[in-house]
Amino acid sequence: MQGLAKDKESAVGNAGDAPPSPRRAYQRLLQQRLLLGLAMLAALALLLLIALGSGSYQLGPSAVAAALLAGPSPADQEQLVAAQVIWSLRLPRVITALLAGASLGLAGAVLQGLLRNRLASPFTLGISQGAALGATCAIVLFDAGALHAVGTEAMTLQAPMSVVGLALAGGLGAAALILMIGTLRGLTPEAVVLAGIALGAFASAATMIVQYFASDTQAAATLFWTFGDLGRAGWSELAWLAAALVAIGVWPLRAAWHYNALAWGDDLARGLGVSVARQRLIGTAAAAALAAITTAFLGVIGFIGLIAPHLIRLLIGGDQRFLLPFSALAGALILLAADTLARVLIAPVMLPVGAVTALLGAPLLLVLLLRQRR
Amino acid sequence: MLEIDRLSFSYARGTSSKAAGRHGALGPSCDVSAVSADSAVGNGRPLLLDQLNLSVASGELLAVLGPNGVGKSTLLKLIAGLLPCKQGRIGIDTTDLNALSRRERAQRIAYLPQMTEIASVTVFEAVLLGRLPHLGLQPSERDLAMVETMLCDLGLAPLSGRRVSRLSGGELQKVVIARALVQEPRLLLLDEPVNHLDLRNQIAVLRSIQALTRAHALITLVVLHDLNLALRFADRFLLLGPHAAVTTGCMEALASEAVGAAYGITVIRGEVGGLPVMVPVVSAAS
Repeated sequence: MQGLAKDKESAVGNAGDAPPSPRRAYQRLLQQRLLLGLAMLAALALLLLIALGSGSYQLGPSAVAAALLAGPSPADQEQLVAAQVIWSLRLPRVITALLAGASLGLAGAVLQGLLRNRLASPFTLGISQGAALGATCAIVLFDAGALHAVGTEAMTLQAPMSVVGLALAGGLGAAALILMIGTLRGLTPEAVVLAGIALGAFASAATMIVQYFASDTQAAATLFWTFGDLGRAGWSELAWLAAALVAIGVWPLRAAWHYNALAWGDDLARGLGVSVARQRLIGTAAAAALAAITTAFLGVIGFIGLIAPHLIRLLIGGDQRFLLPFSALAGALILLAADTLARVLIAPVMLPVGAVTALLGAPLLLVLLLRQRR
Repeated sequence: MLEIDRLSFSYARGTSSKAAGRHGALGPSCDVSAVSADSAVGNGRPLLLDQLNLSVASGELLAVLGPNGVGKSTLLKLIAGLLPCKQGRIGIDTTDLNALSRRERAQRIAYLPQMTEIASVTVFEAVLLGRLPHLGLQPSERDLAMVETMLCDLGLAPLSGRRVSRLSGGELQKVVIARALVQEPRLLLLDEPVNHLDLRNQIAVLRSIQALTRAHALITLVVLHDLNLALRFADRFLLLGPHAAVTTGCMEALASEAVGAAYGITVIRGEVGGLPVMVPVVSAAS
């Protein structure tokens, strides 16, 4: 017994003798975070293979890899069906999940950081609903889209520019309102979210009224904005999403240090040389634009922007240099997982992913609200 | 050398920012703007500070005293450049503050607001943030070394990896001061740094501020409410009273009449055990 105790003591003593210097400990922390990032990338790759293989036409990981390598039009006739399924059906959908999830995760992280509000996200602030209202107006008032009656539920937007434009206007308008309410009235985080929920409800009601006056085909085309669904996007929509994510996403990522300062309050950030109003304006606009463009093509997908930053903050803390990109990664992971689940849960019926994320996310929002009160 | 030349300002809208920032909301603390004397007089608003002239030398610790609402925090914000200085001139080492960019100002002035939010980061990360005005894309080895040295100097090294939210009030105050110091400022502005601290921590924090001010030849301005702490640690005082009354001088010259007039109470200055003290007199009538 004594010997054991002594061993323990000496072990503790040894640990105490050479504690890692604060600097080394910090550098080790950074390495761990990079490892986590790599692990998330690996998980994403794995999930990608699973998602591409699952569905009513089952494919094993090796078959998926073979089909991917063979290209969209393989010489081998036997591989034709697999190529068809992978390249024209599943790959666009899966990449859409990645891009939309990353956009929403990043947008949520940016909003939470800039508004210092852990309940903020494109969905809880009404930005997504505002964008959906804009897109619906574009369809109904300007006849910008129509539903493909043939084949899958694919929808083509006859005038994607006007749909995206009005969705942007709706999303940015909602963001501007929230920013004004939050800044002018100095509201608590809960109150800002309540304002956002009111705004979202208003936008949803307005969307319904616009739909009420739409023709049948238009109404069918607009309906899908209420439940976000990844099935509609083709390669051209993907290009839009990718371009938006890259072009808009760099702004907040470049400003991560400034966001770190903002976490300590406006005055302290100003004292560190941060132009607070400018950062908040640019960042919120970027987040709103990302969410609006995603919504314009896919409809309202809630809670990704709320959950993803939360998970990451729990794992690595609040350093925005990691929090922002990792939230994008986590958003991609969650949305892809949710969509795969939505496809296989009651196959061959494919549930809209927006309904699944809402089912999973709403309880989480409740938990967060309850914890925030303490 | 900090030089303040004929600085004037009056009440501005939104000076009640203290209440607004409390819940972590986006308070209007940003848009407190000090209005120039002309427009202030035009609007019939009383001047908070009229033609203040003040110079503070390197290595000197100046206590900013006065009752609530006389403009102590506004003065600090003006000097920190958080509010535009429209009437009068503020300069450090012959450089006019207005001529500096935000970043250049942050390289010279460290400002600790009265209240800060608390981010969910470790102590090391919290202090490293102080390097922001000097930072390139990423912190260099020198930045990290400087943070490490500062953590060791203030006895924070064992806490380096801990989340800031798990610190006690005294520890947190030290972290915030460590961050201000790695900013390598010439000028240190502290708005009520020892509020909410117990007696022991008040003394510990002020003692380290005093020592660092001398060691790094800083110009330090501290807003204090406790006159006795000011008497113990400050070299000089700036006493702001109502109606833009200003008294300044070395601590020996802090007269009970001036303090009484500023706070509107009766104060007696005396000595206990060889230490100067100031005691308010509470009469039955008042």
